[in-house]
Amino acid sequence: MSSLVALPILIPLVAAALMLVVRNLFAQRAISFVALLSSLATATAVLVDVWNTGDIAVSRLGGWPGSFAITLVSDGLSSVLVVVALVVTTTVLLFAVGQQTPDEHSPYYHPVYMALVAGISQAFLAGDLFNLFVAFEVLLMASYVLLTLEGNRAQIRSGTTYVVLNIIESVVLVMAVGLIFAATGTVSFAELPERIAALPDGVRMGLHLLLLVAFGIKAAVFPLFSWLPDSYPTAPSSASAVFAGLLTKVGVYCLIRVQTLLFPGELSNVVMIVGVSTMAIGVLGAISQHDMKRILSFHIISQIGYMVFGLGIGGAVAIAATIFYLIHHIPVKTSLFLVEGIIERNTGSSSLDDVSGLARKSPLLAVLFLIPAMSLAGFPPLSGFLAKFALVRGGLSAEQYIGVGVAIVVSLLTLVSMVKIWVGAFWGEVAPTSLINSVGVLRQHRSMATATAILVGFTLVIAVAAGPLYEFASRASDQLLNIERYISAVRSAS
Amino acid sequence: MSIWAFTLIAVLFAVGSYLLMERSLTRVALGVGVIGNGVNVLIIASGSDAGEAPIIGREGVLADPLPQALVLTAIVIGFALLTFLMTLAWRNWTITGNDEVEDDVEDRMITRRAEQTAKLGDEPHPEDVQT
Repeated sequence: MSSLVALPILIPLVAAALMLVVRNLFAQRAISFVALLSSLATATAVLVDVWNTGDIAVSRLGGWPGSFAITLVSDGLSSVLVVVALVVTTTVLLFAVGQQTPDEHSPYYHPVYMALVAGISQAFLAGDLFNLFVAFEVLLMASYVLLTLEGNRAQIRSGTTYVVLNIIESVVLVMAVGLIFAATGTVSFAELPERIAALPDGVRMGLHLLLLVAFGIKAAVFPLFSWLPDSYPTAPSSASAVFAGLLTKVGVYCLIRVQTLLFPGELSNVVMIVGVSTMAIGVLGAISQHDMKRILSFHIISQIGYMVFGLGIGGAVAIAATIFYLIHHIPVKTSLFLVEGIIERNTGSSSLDDVSGLARKSPLLAVLFLIPAMSLAGFPPLSGFLAKFALVRGGLSAEQYIGVGVAIVVSLLTLVSMVKIWVGAFWGEVAPTSLINSVGVLRQHRSMATATAILVGFTLVIAVAAGPLYEFASRASDQLLNIERYISAVRSAS
Repeated sequence: MSIWAFTLIAVLFAVGSYLLMERSLTRVALGVGVIGNGVNVLIIASGSDAGEAPIIGREGVLADPLPQALVLTAIVIGFALLTFLMTLAWRNWTITGNDEVEDDVEDRMITRRAEQTAKLGDEPHPEDVQT
């Protein structure tokens, strides 16, 4: 099984290289889908294996022994995230193909998209800090290109802020890697926990804070989020859907690794306070906006706050809840951006001033919006309710009443701003100024609608299969908290 | 780590941070280059003192080859980033005629609204004066 771990990275990379030679659009689309589906198949095989055996799958590139090789580690958390990421990227690609926009017709769109997928898989699977840094650079570089592919004024303006901010993040991260190497003499996740624990308190805290800042910028947590609502809304819809669903979650994943593996349980109060303020400030930003994409972008920040809060609480229950939240949030957020993309494609605007009466025009689109929107706000019986319920339970058992109170108020405010989009865009008379054509909205863009429907269906599956999935999240969280298992799995890998 | 390597890193970080805070994209790109090199020197210095070679079989103390391999990767990545930033600056220049980073459009709208409300406190709204 361990030989399959590297394939979700290698297949997209090979496909990207191939597509730099094959410039035909239809051939490129075919290669992309074959690459994504075969990666998904291998990732699912690894997930099933990890699920059944409860083992940690380790792949050593180059065949060097244990902690010397570049290791790829697929434990419960990593394997499930790779599968979710591949499902999301496949459906978004289907959406992008159906969109018929100039950016997807560029010969560079598909290779860059594959590089993005490879970077995301690599970040989830990386078994050492430097490999993680390289994965970040791969996915960031691809995201820079996707964000500015059309090269118009708005994209260049927000793309510049995004690129510079993320370069600063990379500098902080590589500095942290350098200093950690100087202090401990290793970058491998399997060797670091023991050596970090032996460091003096001050050094340990400094290194920890550096990593938290680097991954905090990436995850867009409270004082470091300002780049996100600025840059995501100008990206093409398909790109912003992937960014919204996955890129910030890579940051959250790294924060989970830092808090459970490298610095277990340290500075958890700081993390918790950051999480609670991220929730509150994100949702307040969302309420004051008047453009669908910007509202949804602020909600990314607010939802990240929930996950970071769960991480800050610590302990098996709260971390299992965080993992479940992560799995549920990726498809929900992506499908909201896809619905917004369909609206923008049809009306030419994402401002609530220009769009109205969509529920009458296309009831199916309204349903496709309503399900993930209610899930985001945490309505039973959708997946968001279960994720929030698990998190609140974790918070109550740890007696974090203030944080739990804020979480509940924030979910009410989330509902308020989702209702704002609903009332503004879906209810009311069909706006005379809007460019909706008389043919049904969805009939015209069948593959965009199919892609969105698949993702919304996926969120429903998460809600239906919540029992087994939550059990898996609990097991993944036990694995995370049992550092010895991780270390021995990497060292004994053959 | 020798005091000279330390001083060099400090100077590179200071210069880089200063340049990063400029509005002109070309200077930001220069800042990225300078601060990137500061980090590279930091990693090299974290591996060993100057003058030791990472060659097995050589007399004397050996340097750790790993930081040098890491820095090689970091240099390549930094080069690619710098190139991308320069093309962005170029594109920005062809569109707007300068290479300065513009303000966020929504930000400007919100600032204008705030200024107008502040004015409304003691004098009539500018649009009301015109009508």
